[in-house]
Amino acid sequence: IHFILLFSRQGKLRLQKWYTTLPDKEKKKIIREIVQIILSRHQKTSSFVDWKDLKLVYKRYASLYFCCAIEDQDNELLTLEVVHRYVELLDRYFGNVCELDIIFNFEKAYFILDEFIIGGEVQETSKKSAVKAIEDSDMLQETVEEYMNKPAF
Amino acid sequence: MPAPIRLRELIRTIRTARTQAEEREMIQKECAAIRSSFREEDNTYRCRNVAKLLYMHMLGYPAHFGQLECLKLIASQKFTDKRIGYLGAMLLLDERQDVHLLMTNCIKNDLNHSTQYVQGLALCTLGCMGSSEMCRDLAGEVEKLLKTSNSYLRKKAALCAVHVIRKVPELMEMFLPATKNLLNEKNHGVLHTSVVLLTEMCERSPDMLAHFRKVRKLSSSQLVPQLVRILKNLIMSGYSPEHDVSGISDPFLQVRILRLLRILGRNDDDSSEAMNDILAQVATNTETSKNVGNAILYETVLTIMDIKSESGLRVLAINILGRFLLNNDKNIRYVALTSLLKTVQTDHNAVQRHRSTIVDCLKDLDVSIKRRAMELSFALVNGNNVRGMMKELLYFLDSCEPEFKADCASGIFLAAEKYAPSKRWHIDTIMRVLTTAGSYVRDDAVPNLIQLITNSVEMHAYTVQRLYKAILGDYSQQPLVQVASWCIGEYGDLLVSGQCEEEEPIQVTEDEVLDILESILISNMSASVTRGYALTAIMKLSTRFTCTVNRIKKVVSIYGSSIDVELQQRAVEYNALFKKYDHMRPALLERMPVMEKVTTNGPTEIVQTNGETEPAVLETKPPPPGLQPASQANDLLDLLGGSDITTVIPTAPTSKPASAGGELLDLLGDLNLTGSPVSAPAPQIAQPPFLLDGLSSQPLFNDIAAGIPSITAYSKNGLKIDFNFERSNTNPSVTVITIQASNSTELDMTDFVFQAAVPKTFQLQLLSPSSSVIPAFNSGTITQVIKVLNPQKQQLRMRIKLTYNHKGSAMQDLAEVNNFPPQSWQ
Repeated sequence: IHFILLFSRQGKLRLQKWYTTLPDKEKKKIIREIVQIILSRHQKTSSFVDWKDLKLVYKRYASLYFCCAIEDQDNELLTLEVVHRYVELLDRYFGNVCELDIIFNFEKAYFILDEFIIGGEVQETSKKSAVKAIEDSDMLQETVEEYMNKPAF
Repeated sequence: MPAPIRLRELIRTIRTARTQAEEREMIQKECAAIRSSFREEDNTYRCRNVAKLLYMHMLGYPAHFGQLECLKLIASQKFTDKRIGYLGAMLLLDERQDVHLLMTNCIKNDLNHSTQYVQGLALCTLGCMGSSEMCRDLAGEVEKLLKTSNSYLRKKAALCAVHVIRKVPELMEMFLPATKNLLNEKNHGVLHTSVVLLTEMCERSPDMLAHFRKVRKLSSSQLVPQLVRILKNLIMSGYSPEHDVSGISDPFLQVRILRLLRILGRNDDDSSEAMNDILAQVATNTETSKNVGNAILYETVLTIMDIKSESGLRVLAINILGRFLLNNDKNIRYVALTSLLKTVQTDHNAVQRHRSTIVDCLKDLDVSIKRRAMELSFALVNGNNVRGMMKELLYFLDSCEPEFKADCASGIFLAAEKYAPSKRWHIDTIMRVLTTAGSYVRDDAVPNLIQLITNSVEMHAYTVQRLYKAILGDYSQQPLVQVASWCIGEYGDLLVSGQCEEEEPIQVTEDEVLDILESILISNMSASVTRGYALTAIMKLSTRFTCTVNRIKKVVSIYGSSIDVELQQRAVEYNALFKKYDHMRPALLERMPVMEKVTTNGPTEIVQTNGETEPAVLETKPPPPGLQPASQANDLLDLLGGSDITTVIPTAPTSKPASAGGELLDLLGDLNLTGSPVSAPAPQIAQPPFLLDGLSSQPLFNDIAAGIPSITAYSKNGLKIDFNFERSNTNPSVTVITIQASNSTELDMTDFVFQAAVPKTFQLQLLSPSSSVIPAFNSGTITQVIKVLNPQKQQLRMRIKLTYNHKGSAMQDLAEVNNFPPQSWQ
C-alpha cells in the first residue's frame, strides 16, 4: 500500500497515512485529485480506479470514504478486505464508530491504524490482538496527575 | 499564561467556523499561542500543543515549526509524549528534512526499552518513514528483534526489516539467518509478516529466490512444503474465531502465502509440482459467496497461471475466471477481465470461450471495466469472428468516452488490416471509423489508410464515392477530410463519371466536387495540413476534369498570396505549372497507361515540380502509393551506381521522357551501360522516375512542341518501332530516345525484349520497358527509354535486336537503324 486516505462526502480530509516519501505540495495535489476522482464516481461503478501507475481501491462507509492506493501486483479484492478490517477495528475500539469519533479522536484512529499496518503491509490479522494492543497502550498513558508529576527526561 | 486549550476543545471550536476565513483566523490565533508556548520550552503542555498542531496540519495548514518539538516528545520518558511524538514524526517528518536524523538515537534507545509498547512505537515509526541513513544505523537492532520470542515485537520487526530492505537493498543478506525459524511460529501475525518479508526478499534478489527454493537435507525445513503445510492447516482446520472472516480462516495469510508460492513456483518445475495439489484444493473448496472467498480465488488463479501448472489446473483457473465474469459484483468482473487480459496470450483458446461475455462487458457503465473489455476484445479477434467482433467494436466506438476513441480506432484499424475478409468490408470498416470517430484517429493512420485504398484498385470508384458522400455533410473531422481530399484528387474522374460498381453511382458534377474542396480550403475548421491536401487535390483535378480548368486556375492563383506559407508555396508552384510550363502539365499529370499486371500505385500524382522543392508537401503525400515504383527506381538507380536518392521517389512515378533528368544522365558518365533492360520484377514503370533531377523545377530540355522529328526505326511482320527524340538543354551530348512498339497483327506479341547496341564512341543506357506484351490490332504499345551519350557529336547509329513470341513461336530479328535525324545528334 502506498497511502491511505479517509475523507468525507464533502471532500474534507479525516486521515492521511503515507508510506512513501513525497513533498508536501505533491501530497496536497494528489489528495485534491483523488478526492475529486472518487467523489465523481457513479454509485454503480466498481471500487477500483486506475490512477497513474497505481490502483485506487475505495469504499464508502456511511459518510466516510476509505481509499487505499496499491501497486499493480497487489490483490484488489483483498485490499477491500483490508479496508473492511480497519473499519471493524475502529468499530470494536470505539463501539459503533461514526465519523465524529474519528474527527475528535483522530490520533487514536492513527494509533489503531499503526497497530494494523506498518510500512504499507498488514501486521496483525487477528482483530482481538490488534485491539488489545491499543487498549494496553492506552493503559500505559499516564493519568493527568501522573503526567504532571513525572519528570520529562 | 493560561493553560493552552485542550485538543478536543480546539477541534470543536474550529468546527463551528462558518467560513474558510473564520477558520483561518482561529487557526492563526492558535498557532501563535502554540508557537510562543514552544518558545517557552514548556514540557507540560508540549504534547497537547503538538497534538493540536497535527490536527491543524490535517486541515491543510503549515506545521513545520512543530518538527523539532516532536523530537523532544520522542525523547521524553512519558509514554503519552512518546506516542504523540512518534505520530508527529510520522506525519511531519521524512527523509528530506535534516532534522530527522536526530531521531536515530532516540529510536535506538527505544528499540531497547523495557516496555514492549515503546519498542513497538519505535519499530513502527522506523518501518513507516525511516530514511536510508536511519535504516543503515538501526538495521542491527531490527535484526536482533527479529529473533526475539516476543511475537508482538517479532511481527513488527519483520515489517520493519521489509522497509529497511526496500530502502537499502544491500542489507538484505543481514536478515537471512533470522528467517530460518520465522515460519515455525504459531502466531498468525508473525506468520503473515514473515511471509511478507520472504516475498520481498525473493522478489528483489534472484539469489535469495534460488536459496529458498533449493532442496535441503531436512525436508521439513524446505520452504515450499512448509508453506503448503501452513496453507493446508488454514483450510482444513475448524472455525477459529480470532482469525475468521465470513467463515474463512485468515484470508490475509492465505493470500500472502499464495503470492509467495507464485514467486517460488514461477519457472520452476519442482516447486510448481509441489504446490499443484494445494492449489487445486484451494480452488475447489473456497466459498465464493462473499468477497473474501473471491479474493482468495483470485490470488489462486493468478498463481496457477504464473507457475508451471498442469493443464487441468489451468483449465480450472480459466473456468473460475469465467464464473467471475458472470458475477453480479462489478469488482469481481473487473478483476476477472484484468486476469484474462494477462492470460489471453498463453491460453488463447480457453479465453475465446468466454468471448460473448467479454463483449457484453463493453456495455458496462464502469469505465475501467470498459477499457479492459475493449483491450481483451482486440486480443480475441481472429479470422473467424472478425465480422461479428467488428460490429460490436464499431458500436462501442460510437458510444464510448472520448478517452477511448483513439485507442479503439487504432485497434480496429489493426484488426481490420490483419483479418479483413474482403476489400470492400475493409474499406467500409475504415469509412465507418472515420465517420464516427474521425477526429480521434491518430495522425499516422492517414497515410496508412491512403496506402490501403490505393492497393485496392478495383475499389477506387466505390471508395471515392463513399468518401465524397461522407464529407459532403460535414468536413470537420480532419483525418477523414484528409483521406477524402487525397482520394478525390486521385480519382476525381471516376467520381464524376459515375462509374461505381459496388453501389449506386451518384451524379456529381465537376463543379460540385470543386465546391467541396474549396469549402474545405476556406473553412476555419480545417487544419493547415488538411488545407494542403485540399489544394493539391484541386491541382490534380486540373488534368482529370475537363470543363473546370479555369476555375482551378483561379483557385490556385488566389492562394498564391495566402498567409499560410505552406499553402502559398504550393499555390505559387502550381501557378507556375499553369503559366510557364503548361505544356508540361498534361504530360506530367497524364495518367499512367493501364498495366496488365496490377501495380500498387494509383494514377499519376503531379508532384513532379513539387519534388524536393517542397519537402513539406511530401510529408502529406503518403509514401506507399509509390512503393513499387520506388523499389524499381532504386533498382535502376542502383544500377547507375546509386546516387544519393532521397526517399522522395514515390511521388512521381510517371512523367514522360520529357522530363529527362540532367542529374540522372550525368551519372552515365561514370558507367558504361548497354543492352538489356534491368530485369526488374513484372510490374514495370513505363518511364523511370526522374525525381532526382527535381532539385530544381526547371525543365532541362526543350519544349516538346519544338521537337525533333521521330522516325520509324523498324517495321516488319506487323511489328513497328518508332523512335521519339528529346535533347537536353544542359547537357547537349545526351539524347533521350523513347521507343514505341506497336503490333498490327491479330495476335498479341508476348515476351517482347528490345536490345540495342551503339558504336564505341557512344554510351547507351536502356531503361525498363513499360511491359513485355504488345497487344494486337495496334490497341496498345510498349514504351521504353534509351539514353544515348554522344560526347563527340558523331552521327548516331544503332543496331537493334528484337525477340518476342508470336503465334506460338519464338521470333528474333536484328536490324540497323541509320535514319536518325540530324537534330538528334548534332
